[in-house]
Amino acid sequence: MTAITVRRGPRRLRELPGKIGWAVLAWAVAIAFFIPVLWMVITAFKPESAAETWPPKFVFTPTLAEFRLAVTGMGPFLLHSVLATVGSTILVLLLGVPAAYALSVHPVGRWRDGLFFFISTKMLPIVAAIGPLYVIALHTHLLDSIWLLVILYTAMNLPLAVWMIRSFMLEVPKELLEAARLDGAGRLREIGGVILPIISPGLVSTALICVIFAWNELFLAINLTVTNAATLPMFLISSVPQEGLFIAHLCAAATIASVPVIIVGWIAQRSLVRGLSMGAIK
Amino acid sequence: MTAVDSVAAPQPKVGVRPRAASRRERWVRRLPLLPALIYTVVVTQIPFVVTLWYSFQNYFWDQPGGAHFTGLSNYRTVFTNASFRGSLVRSVVMTASAVIVAMLLGVAFAILLDRKFFGRGVVRTLIITPFLVMPAAAALVWAVPMLDPNFGLLNYLLAPFGVHHVAWLSVHALGSVIVVMIWQWTPFMTLIVLAGLQSQPPDTLEAAKVDGAGALATFRELTLPHLRPYIELGILLGSIYLVNTFDAVRLMTNGGPGTATTNLPFFLYQEVNNAFDVGGAAAAGVVTVFLTIIVATFALRMFARVFQFEEASG
Repeated sequence: MTAITVRRGPRRLRELPGKIGWAVLAWAVAIAFFIPVLWMVITAFKPESAAETWPPKFVFTPTLAEFRLAVTGMGPFLLHSVLATVGSTILVLLLGVPAAYALSVHPVGRWRDGLFFFISTKMLPIVAAIGPLYVIALHTHLLDSIWLLVILYTAMNLPLAVWMIRSFMLEVPKELLEAARLDGAGRLREIGGVILPIISPGLVSTALICVIFAWNELFLAINLTVTNAATLPMFLISSVPQEGLFIAHLCAAATIASVPVIIVGWIAQRSLVRGLSMGAIK
Repeated sequence: MTAVDSVAAPQPKVGVRPRAASRRERWVRRLPLLPALIYTVVVTQIPFVVTLWYSFQNYFWDQPGGAHFTGLSNYRTVFTNASFRGSLVRSVVMTASAVIVAMLLGVAFAILLDRKFFGRGVVRTLIITPFLVMPAAAALVWAVPMLDPNFGLLNYLLAPFGVHHVAWLSVHALGSVIVVMIWQWTPFMTLIVLAGLQSQPPDTLEAAKVDGAGALATFRELTLPHLRPYIELGILLGSIYLVNTFDAVRLMTNGGPGTATTNLPFFLYQEVNNAFDVGGAAAAGVVTVFLTIIVATFALRMFARVFQFEEASG
């Protein structure tokens, strides 16, 4: 390892080779890890004939043909994905902010039980109830509707959001809340006037985490929707034909479907840890 | 105070201790919690109650007459069903191996990222990207452009090492699915362990260095114990998500060849979609939930411990 300290000579200069080695190693690992994503994007720009070759082609004339092809027919799926994702995220925030408030600022008596109830629902395997869910959806006329996905994605993300928003609320300085109370602010003004402005960056990162999980969800969508609410992951499946060449086409569709969330994740990467650990890690 | 106590007998945290609350005050406090609580109870618990009910019913989609009571016959079928047991074992194998390898890689990557070097931000961004790729897209991109026996990039990259047109998804199906699971979840582990590394007080490390401790000894004696709660949290959360792995199985191998990659989620999916057996799937689901509750009890205790640690230190 490189922690051997050398007493003589300028330390910075001595450590330079180690530093370069470290950087080279880190870059090599990162690029190796990134190859599948890179290959997906590269292949998406290939004409179909250049995608199925041995050895694989690295030099070719890029074309947008497969993107154009992938976009046609994607419209409804894209719309359903956006509606289910945005709808469920808004609902999560509407339910999650008050709940987090009741579990942090003015906590209810058994707040710890409440918190652990939310997290325990994340541990129940939803797959176990998929048959009955289908039957319930059928009887409530929610089968193959966006509303069903909104309802289920909200339940899926709500525990995560409650934990996360609560961790942001705990960081609001007590003095500010005290000051607002002395000014005669009620609970609503305390939330709207003091807490929300302070935690709004936290709310944004909470929303982004919810967007990632809802956008990428396949299991519920594939079981409970057919055409009226089929989402982007299902479009991807439909882009793999039974026969014929399809690799470039598949990569174009996969790229379009993945890019929004990749960008959201890149923007939110500072708060990704906090979201993924449900606020446990700051 | 042990973690068990903290779940069973909650104690208000010092500083947010509710004052002697009147009846009205208690309801004012409870009110904002109720919508989310009721919503979660209705949406997440009712399906399981209905599952319990159907597990005692004989009910096939494709047969007329609807559901009728059959007692424990669905459970008898589940417990004598070799493919249910097989999928259970495969779920455990897939989840455990993916979580462990992803954690080992995550620790290694986090150590790499914990130092300052040229382009660290970009390297970090590249490393987290697999986690952000839509799992369905990741599964399909791995299945064909990467692992195809004739055109796949992996065979090309491995050709110098004597690998020739291996049909990964036929010959090493389970391994291939696990590799994709690892690939998608290593970034998650990396981020959590990295947060742990960066929360280490630098003066402790400096002191160890001054005392002449080697890098390896410092890591073993100081860093690893400090990382422990972070590693536990990563393993716990990773397991919660990975045990539900469906996309990779459905889109890479469709559970095959044979049942080589059929895990519990895929088994249940097949029961409902191909065998139309709602009652049987429900019984299998109830057994799954019971097994999950046993595991989750331990998991929740662990979570409570980690959570307390964070509350105390954060």
